[in-house]
Order: sequence, then C-alpha cells, then structure tokens
Amino acid sequence: MKKTLIVFQIVLLSVLSYAQSNKQVPSVQIKTLDGRTVNTSVFENDGNPIILTFWATWCKPCIKELSAIDDLYEDWQDETGVKIIAVSVDDTRSLSKVKPFVDGRGWEYEFYTDANSDLKRAMNISDIPSTFILDGEGNIVWQHTSYSEGGEHKLFEIVKKIKAGKSIEN
Amino acid sequence: MLLKRTLFTFSALLILNVIMSQNPFTNGKISGNFQIDAQYYQEDTLIGANEISEKVLINALSNINYSTEKFSAGIRYEMYQNPLLGIDKRYKGSGIAYRYATYNDGDWEITVGNFYDQFGNGLLFRSYEDKYLGFDNSVDGVRFRANPHRSLSLKGIWGSQRNYWDKGEGIVRGVDAEFNINEVNEKLGESKLRAIVGLSFLSKYQVDRDPTYKMPENVGGFAGRFDLSYGNYGLNGEYVRKINDPNATNNMIYRHGEALLLNARYSQKGLGILLSALRSDNMDFRSDRYVTGSDLMINYMPSLTRQHSYALSAFYPYATQYNGQTSYQAQINYKIKKSTLLGGRYGTDIALNFSRVHDLDRVQIDDETAVNQAGTDGYNSKFFSFGDKILFQDANLEITKRLTKKSRLTFDYVYLIYDKAVLEGSPGDDVVNAHITVADYSYRINSTNTIKFEAQHMFTKQDQGNWANAMIEYTISPSWFFSISDSYNYGNEISEKRIHYYLGSVAYVKNSLRVAMSYGKQRKGIMCVGGVCREVPASNGLMLSITGSF
Repeated sequence: MKKTLIVFQIVLLSVLSYAQSNKQVPSVQIKTLDGRTVNTSVFENDGNPIILTFWATWCKPCIKELSAIDDLYEDWQDETGVKIIAVSVDDTRSLSKVKPFVDGRGWEYEFYTDANSDLKRAMNISDIPSTFILDGEGNIVWQHTSYSEGGEHKLFEIVKKIKAGKSIEN
Repeated sequence: MLLKRTLFTFSALLILNVIMSQNPFTNGKISGNFQIDAQYYQEDTLIGANEISEKVLINALSNINYSTEKFSAGIRYEMYQNPLLGIDKRYKGSGIAYRYATYNDGDWEITVGNFYDQFGNGLLFRSYEDKYLGFDNSVDGVRFRANPHRSLSLKGIWGSQRNYWDKGEGIVRGVDAEFNINEVNEKLGESKLRAIVGLSFLSKYQVDRDPTYKMPENVGGFAGRFDLSYGNYGLNGEYVRKINDPNATNNMIYRHGEALLLNARYSQKGLGILLSALRSDNMDFRSDRYVTGSDLMINYMPSLTRQHSYALSAFYPYATQYNGQTSYQAQINYKIKKSTLLGGRYGTDIALNFSRVHDLDRVQIDDETAVNQAGTDGYNSKFFSFGDKILFQDANLEITKRLTKKSRLTFDYVYLIYDKAVLEGSPGDDVVNAHITVADYSYRINSTNTIKFEAQHMFTKQDQGNWANAMIEYTISPSWFFSISDSYNYGNEISEKRIHYYLGSVAYVKNSLRVAMSYGKQRKGIMCVGGVCREVPASNGLMLSITGSF
C-alpha cells in the first residue's frame, strides 16, 4: 500500500511538471464508414479549427447535440471554416447501424468508428458525449463532457475565439 | 504477487521519470482520467434493499498514461472497498489492475502488458472493459501489429486474461490478417466497389485435469469476414467456427461451435435501411472451461436488438445467448424534409426498428440421447432453421420533431416480447408482453436554460404489471443539470408493492470534470452494455459520482 502511495506521488509530480505541454490527438487506428482502417493523423482541416466529438447511436444526448449543430453547421462553416469530426464508439452490436443512421438523419459531418474504444481510451474519455476543440495546429484547446440544450452556442463561441486567435479563457 | 507487481510498476515509473528528465523523446506527455462512484445505502425492506454493513460502498479508478510520439506506457489503479452493489464481489480490494507499454514505429507496433483488442467483429476474439458493469477481460501478454503493405494489416496476440484480481488459467493466442483490395494499387483504388476481407485464427490452451471427461487441451477456432460497399449499398459478414469445447455453459457437450453474422445496408441522404441477421450455435468461448457468468470470455456475440435509452423501454433488455440464438433485425431511418406537410418547418426524423430472436432448433443426435446430454455431441441443428421458441421480439417506432425554434418532441412506441424464464434464468416465469410509450418534450427558455418533461408508460399483464414514469429536468448549459423523477409500479398485483421510486439528482460539469449526486430509490433491474448484462439489486440512498480527465 505504501509503495502504491509512493508511485502515486511520483506520478502526481510528473503530471504537475508535464501538464503544461500542448496535448494533441494520440495516434490510434480507427475506421471509416466503409470499413477502411485509417490513423487519426487524417484529422485535418487546412489550419482551421476542428470539433472532435465522440458519440454512439444509442446515446440520446449525443444525438441531440449532433442534431442541434446540424441546424447551424453551414453558418458555422461559412464563418469560421470549422469542421466537425464525429467518432462513433458503437461496437459490433450497433456498428452496422451507424452509416444508415447518419445518412437517414442527413448529417454531413466527417464520420469515423472506434468499435473497440481504442481512441476513446487513448483520449481518457469516461463518458459520451465528449467533445474536444482543436486549434489550427491540431492542439486540443478545450474539452467538455455531456451535452445540455444550448451547449452548441458555447462550442461555437470558442471556435470563433480560436479562429480569431484570441485566448479562450473565460 | 501483488507486492512484486507494485515493485515492478514502481521501478518502471522510476525509469520513466529518469527518461523523462533527460527527455530523449521529444514532447513526452502525461495524461489520464479518474472516476469515483460511491453510494450510501439505506435499508428498505419494501423494495428489497438489504442493510449494507459497510454503509458506504465505493469503486474508484484512475488511468495514467505517458506518451511520446512513438512510445506510450500506462497503468490503471483500481479500488473497490467494497464493491458497489451489482459489481462482482470478487473485485474487492485495490491495486494496479492494468499496465502496458507500447512502441509504435508506424509500420509496426508492439505492446507488452495488458491490452484490449478485437479481430474483425469480435466473434472469435474481443477483449474490452466496461467499468459500469465491472467487466474487464483484458489480455495480459504480448501483441504485435504490422502493416507490411498499405493494403495488409497483420496482428498477433498471446497471453492470458484478467479475472478480477487474478488471471485465467488458460492461454489465448491468435493471429489476424485484414486485406483491403482497394489499397493494392491505384487502379483498384479508383474502383467504386470497395472490398475488405479478413481471416483470423485463435486457440486457447488449458490443461486437462477433468475427473470425468477427456477434454481437448487446445481448442482452436477460425473466422473469415468480408466488407463490401458499392455507392449507396453495403454488405458485410463474418463466419466463425470452433472445434469441440465441452464447458460449464454448454453442459459439457462435444459439439463444435459456429456463428454467422450478416449485415446489408442501403442509404442515401434522408434514408437509411439496415437488415441484419445472426445465428450463434454453441459459441460460448472462454479461456477456462469451468467458469460461467461474464468471466474470461474470449469472444463477443452482439445482440441484434435496439439499445433503448428511456427507463421503461430499457426495462426488459435482451441478453445475447452465445450458445443458441437465431435472430434478425431491420431498421429504417427516414427524414421527412423541411417545409413539407408532414415535415413541418424543421423536418421530422422517423426511426422504425424490428428485431426478433428465436431459440436454436435442436434435435436429438440419436434416439437414446437426450438433447444437450453431457458428454455427448449434444444435438444436431440445421444451419438455416429457426427454433419454435421466440426468446425476444421488439417492434418500435420513434418520431423526433422540432416543433418550433424553441421546442422539440420525441415520441417512442415499443412492443416487446421477453422470455423472462430463459433470459433471466428463472424457470417458471411467464413470457412478458409489454407495450411502452414515451413522450419527451423539451423547451428552451433562453439560450442556456432548458426545461424537459418526460412521461413514460408500460402496459403489461405479466411480471410486475404496469409502470408509469415521469421526469422533469432543468438544465443550465453548459454546466448544471437538475432532475427529479418518479417510477411508479401502480399495476403490481400485490398492493404493498405499488411503490413510488423517487429519485432526485444534480450534476455539475466543467470541462472534463463531472460531479453528480443523486438521492432516492432504484428498482432492481438489469443493466446491459455491449454483450454483457448484470443484475443490479434494488437500493435506496445517496450516490456520488465524480469523473474527470487530465
């Protein structure tokens, strides 16, 4: 037990001294909707911000969030060039539903699947929806878990700040 | 053992720290997450919540990862003192439950320690975890992955599986190859037909010390899969087979195991159609032939049924039957366009889903042998046949409509057939027929404040009879959630059991931190995630949950 505590202290110290560096999306293999394996290095948007969100076909708040953004997405793109990348964590049980589901809803985001939660785990996500905002260089500058109605406005505020090169504090 | 492991981790971390201080790899980062779930329990004899002698139970964990561009390593510390109700008692204790190191050189990668992975759809091999159910079958061993050509991915795994604070006795080893035909050359890359094929082989070893039967010490299995798409159409499938593997879940029969999964889809903007089918026959595959429950599972068999998210719709979830099910599912998603008579100003989303699961059609192997008789080949079953018995059926319709700029309505209707006796292992119970309706209305007061009402009703003559449920939720985006709900079993035959299950909760979210508290009664229920279900006993008390990442 004592040893475990020491381990924790070391880790805590390490966290404190290294937490400052910029975080990026870890390099993990995911799949496209037609089953092709790709690496997360394909997340790219010509120097414009990216909203990276984790969802599933069985997750109500996730679907609410993606629907709410759907109504605004064109305006968002025109104003900031932002791209939305939606990674589904549906496993084999509902994986084959993802493509018909998103087409049926008429969503036009960039979709990937993470059937065994490899990327979800690598990004330390406990629950979905979990949303990250990446700046033009791919640095993770903001992160939020859960969705409540109106949450999309906050997302866009931050995207606009990043686009304008402003600080996102407050 | 535990001490040794801790010492190992300790020195590994020390070395890691030294490495980091010299920083030979640029951009080393530490990240992780944590989760604490605690509950204070009160006795409530009416709902069947027993007194808990510890008063408070807790599950807690933290993942800590260190990563550079090519190297990563991490640990997970877990503590269950003592495990929450519904989590297996064998988790009691604390320690480092998971540790790994991975080196990735682009075209190849090696991992030592614990890992999660799957071959294809997971019908032959899948290791994963679900902390809410206390499920974790991570493999502790070695994994090698390589991409010798951009069209070819190879994977090999070797190790034994986690079993609570111990490891399973069996050894699991397997290889998988996936070939993407369109990546072979540029010409094939331009083809509108996309084709991927995969092949896997896996074998488990467990020594035979059985006093009664002669057991196969090496049980091999293979799987083949394909994934085709052409424009708006898609077709994929996987077939898996294993040799005879008498075990505690199949009553020690020597029959081989096999399963077939097929999915066909068509979709265009505003319309998606999916047809799926699954047959699994004696395909419960574990690295220890004597365990049951959710212990030491090597493979994964999906439930081809809708995963409901409303409380009453999810009341009777289907639990996938590895050893015998023939099931199919159809789903249609359709969007009625904006500015049409039915679509209204904002459009309407419709989802229609139907699924049905039959038992296997099992016939005697000969006149002297009963079906599933231990020590025999068990039974015969024609591949393209359905058993007479319906284990589960779910027909449901969901309509979601934005009524005005500020309000949204979801309507859900579900008709279920649920064979309680088979699915919950409680012989003698009636088959449940249930009709469930849900209305979910939300109104945005302003850009941050929203109020939501949910009303649910379940009509059934079996089991506990009718239920009604109401919920009010108030949210202040993006940080605050408040809700109160009541589930009322007003249709229970026994008048004392017509109980109100009140629950109040509040949650606060800031970036990745989420703190949630709730107080009230929770009914006894079945919680399923992925392929695993667990019974959660009734409880009454105060719950606290904290999650976050760094």
